[in-house]
Amino acid sequence: MISLSLSDILPFLLIGARWTLLLSAIAFLGGGVGALLLLLLRYGQPQLGAKFVHLYVEVLQGTPLLLQLFLVFFGLPLLGVEVSPLLAAGVALTLYASAFLAEIWRGCVDAIPHGQWDASGALGLNFLLQMRYVILPQALRIAVPPTVGFLTQLVKATALASIVGFNELTKTGQIVTNATFQPFIIYGLVALIYFAMCYPLTFCARILERKLGQSR
Amino acid sequence: MQPQVSPIPSESLQTMIELRKVSKWYGEFQALKEVSLTVHKGERVVVCGPSGSGKSTAIRCINRLEQHQEGQILVEGIELTPGFKNIELIRREVGMVFQQFNLFPHLTVLQNLTLAPRRVRKLPRKQAEELAMQYLTRVHIAEQAHKYPSRLSGGQQQRVAIARALCMEPQVMLFDEPTSALDPEMIKEVLDVMIELADDHMTMICVTHEMGFARTVADTVVFMDHGQVVEVAPPKTFFSNPKNERTKLFLSQVLVH
Repeated sequence: MISLSLSDILPFLLIGARWTLLLSAIAFLGGGVGALLLLLLRYGQPQLGAKFVHLYVEVLQGTPLLLQLFLVFFGLPLLGVEVSPLLAAGVALTLYASAFLAEIWRGCVDAIPHGQWDASGALGLNFLLQMRYVILPQALRIAVPPTVGFLTQLVKATALASIVGFNELTKTGQIVTNATFQPFIIYGLVALIYFAMCYPLTFCARILERKLGQSR
Repeated sequence: MQPQVSPIPSESLQTMIELRKVSKWYGEFQALKEVSLTVHKGERVVVCGPSGSGKSTAIRCINRLEQHQEGQILVEGIELTPGFKNIELIRREVGMVFQQFNLFPHLTVLQNLTLAPRRVRKLPRKQAEELAMQYLTRVHIAEQAHKYPSRLSGGQQQRVAIARALCMEPQVMLFDEPTSALDPEMIKEVLDVMIELADDHMTMICVTHEMGFARTVADTVVFMDHGQVVEVAPPKTFFSNPKNERTKLFLSQVLVH
């Protein structure tokens, strides 16, 4: 048992937190781009595209993230790709996030009254112009609460990435606890750091919602 | 009683819109039964009939907001075939005004009007805004240009919607029950704008319950019932001497006041 003071422990945990933030950002940005593409595919190709998106979402929402991480980590080398824990975790979480965000955003787009599609279509706007200038800007405001909610889930889900060797915050907390045998203090700190990462998200969400709602 | 709007000059008999035995089904239910209609350039057509008669469905098929299954629809001679690509090209020339206005709530009045000219016709911003102000002035609502739609009354919103459709400078205007969602005191301001448009010989097809408007403005009145075109006549004959029993029944119910 090693006796470490707070000033020794905290930097370790913060390094772990940095990796958590990095992975969350990769997953959210990658997942966001993916979800947007899935959204466009779903509404742009209502027959084939929608079926594919439906299947994709069902599979990724219906299987455990843990297994998805394993599959990517062990599966990618079979395709000849060099796999680091960050790459594996990044890919798996991106796919995971894209499926959930695609569904959340689908709900938001469906909430837009059909008359908006009618009016914009009647003016001669094609599908992409309709999405870009009429539908998505309105869907954005509705999307803020559930998207931020999912984002906080994502930050916490990164803890699973340790299973493929990625040393994020929770794993780092585990390592330190194994050395110091002070689980309550360590994990308490870990929880506080997670909270410190997630709270600003909900705070920004409120500001974003207020700004987007100014046309009402 | 408003003055009679001038009739179309007999030289301009170019066919703008043609429906030839158009049928449409929603699953098992047949909404349109071999509907045939011809609208000439400068002609003002009013389509009336009871709820569920297929009047809205018929005009929505013209700009393909609904798709017909049988028959032919021609817009300026171009047929809307089942696999028709680039429907946007047709829609640029066919303006539509909806019962529920359907203004874009996240954009100001001016932005609502300039969106299509800028993004579809690729007009530069300044030109689009000048065009928009021109049409806003024409519908007597220029001072509201920078407001959001939620701040306007129903009558004002509908006039904005008309101006928005006009900004694309379409060849034909379709009106789908434009005053049905308005409080009575606001109906006149919208009808007045439509009468002014009609007076300028804008080709228009107007689905409406406003029989006074039909009498004043229409060159032709079309009565639809249960998905069929029952009677087509100029307002003089339509209102004073309807031929079909169903038309007579409808008129007796509608022309109470």
